[in-house]
Amino acid sequence: MSGRLAFLLVATGFAVVAGVAIGPVWVAPADVWRALAGDGDPVVRAIVLDVRAPRVALALLVGASLGISGAVLQGALRNALAEPYLLGVSGGAAAGAVLAVAVGVSAPSVISVAAFAGALLAVALVMGVARAAGWRADPRVLLMAGVVVGAFANAAIMVLLAGAPAETTRGALWWMMGSLGAAQWRDAARLALVLAVTGPALLHWARDLDALALGHDAAAALGVRPEQASRRLFLTASLLAAGTVAAAGLVGFVGLVVPHIARGLVGARHRAVLSVAAIAGGGLVVAADLAARTVRAPAELPLGAVTAIVGVPFFLSLLRRIR
Amino acid sequence: MIVFERVSVRYPGAAVDAVSHVSLDVLPGRLTAVVGPNGSGKSTLVRALLGRVPLASGRILVDGDSSVDLPPRELARRVAVAVQREEPAFPITGRAYVSLGRAPHVGAWGTDPREDEWVDRAAALAAVTELLTRRTDELSGGEWQRLRLARAIAQDCPTLVLDEPTTFLDVAHEMAAFELLSSLSRRGAAVLAVSHQLNLVSRFADQVVLLSRGAVAAAGSPADVMDARILEPVYDWPLVVSHDPAIGAPTLVPLRRTMPHDD
Repeated sequence: MSGRLAFLLVATGFAVVAGVAIGPVWVAPADVWRALAGDGDPVVRAIVLDVRAPRVALALLVGASLGISGAVLQGALRNALAEPYLLGVSGGAAAGAVLAVAVGVSAPSVISVAAFAGALLAVALVMGVARAAGWRADPRVLLMAGVVVGAFANAAIMVLLAGAPAETTRGALWWMMGSLGAAQWRDAARLALVLAVTGPALLHWARDLDALALGHDAAAALGVRPEQASRRLFLTASLLAAGTVAAAGLVGFVGLVVPHIARGLVGARHRAVLSVAAIAGGGLVVAADLAARTVRAPAELPLGAVTAIVGVPFFLSLLRRIR
Repeated sequence: MIVFERVSVRYPGAAVDAVSHVSLDVLPGRLTAVVGPNGSGKSTLVRALLGRVPLASGRILVDGDSSVDLPPRELARRVAVAVQREEPAFPITGRAYVSLGRAPHVGAWGTDPREDEWVDRAAALAAVTELLTRRTDELSGGEWQRLRLARAIAQDCPTLVLDEPTTFLDVAHEMAAFELLSSLSRRGAAVLAVSHQLNLVSRFADQVVLLSRGAVAAAGSPADVMDARILEPVYDWPLVVSHDPAIGAPTLVPLRRTMPHDD
């Protein structure tokens, strides 16, 4: 088990170094270190510090956040298909961003804020629907509420885009497929802040997740208030996912597949799952982003499409091993 | 120790109480059994103890404190409950599962220094040591059932409540399970078992409470309750009571309503 963990750490570290080194201009790993230390050629330093390092840092943070968020939601809802994007967060964020684009906003930071607001609104709606249906009923209520709110958001997007000019539609579509092309340190810092607040809290609640994974009655027998705990976990994990959406658009599949990889590596105890999901998610998104910007260089592929293309075969091989 | 005092529970939207004015004591050193037909309110009593269904009236005292006033963690340190349905959403090892019983004892740093010690002790008591390294999705129904008992023992509480501890168990394992519950109670634990196995209850329980349609139909020693005149109307089935050849405990024999050569 520790061997696999070591492999994961090395692979993620390798992806990070490769992510900074590879690009239109090759930067040797030694020069990467020199640039990070503030030495070396000023042009190389600018490429590393202003362009690639913030992009890799943001990729790492987006992946880690989505991995953690997905693992929490799957555990709390006792569902292997739960992930932040299934639960309304993505739909709400996309609707917010598309609305902003449709009314003529083009500043990325304003679109980010609109996406974040849309995600929060969707989460609030999901919680409201679940509350109306009675929290006690079933974790599936939350799941269904999420799917319904997501479907509504998608419908709203189609209505918004129906009469929009081609340029707007293209911009909205690009955003919905996720991209780190405009990554700056500022974006990474914002997401780091969200992760710094929510991550330790979620890790602290890992024991509650272990109990919740047995079912609500069993969780109560182990001293957990199941409804309260799952609400708290859902809200915090959604907040983290909303942060990633605001920073990078919709990067699908990571929140779904990474928790399964983590459980395959370290078993289903959540303290370990959350930590490993953070590392594996970070490594996966860094590698996917590297592929997105190099495979068809100088053109970029949408990041969300790459994560899905890489993730699907991986997921299928994983499914084969599930008895 | 648990004292149910005239407890009534009504599920939201239901026309009648699921449990109506039920009083019963779960005392240290005694194995108490709750029996009754399907839907007679046995599991509802357990869920009421855990606060999963609100009490319409009455109260449940746990070591003298009302269950609704106890924080869930404190309740989980006083009473170990194995509910009827509990299964990890994602497979874990037997050891990881049994160690979940230590959750109420975990300190602020998320660790419990006595976790391994207690998991090993509970597994040895429940005779499931060899299941600790298996994955929960590989276990048979009976193995799972025995692991569940170990999980409850690992919780290290003076009171144990088990909802249907012998479902899926073969004859030897169901006897072993009740031998274990009985020995735990003789060592001072207050044990409550909800069960359908009247013949096991009759041999091992110190006290039996028979529920019918949410109310207590009879309570007392096994000899008091295991009476065909009491049981027949409750189960609505013809039966006779015979006796265990070894210890003389009453043994229930349900009769066929149709004769073998009727048709």
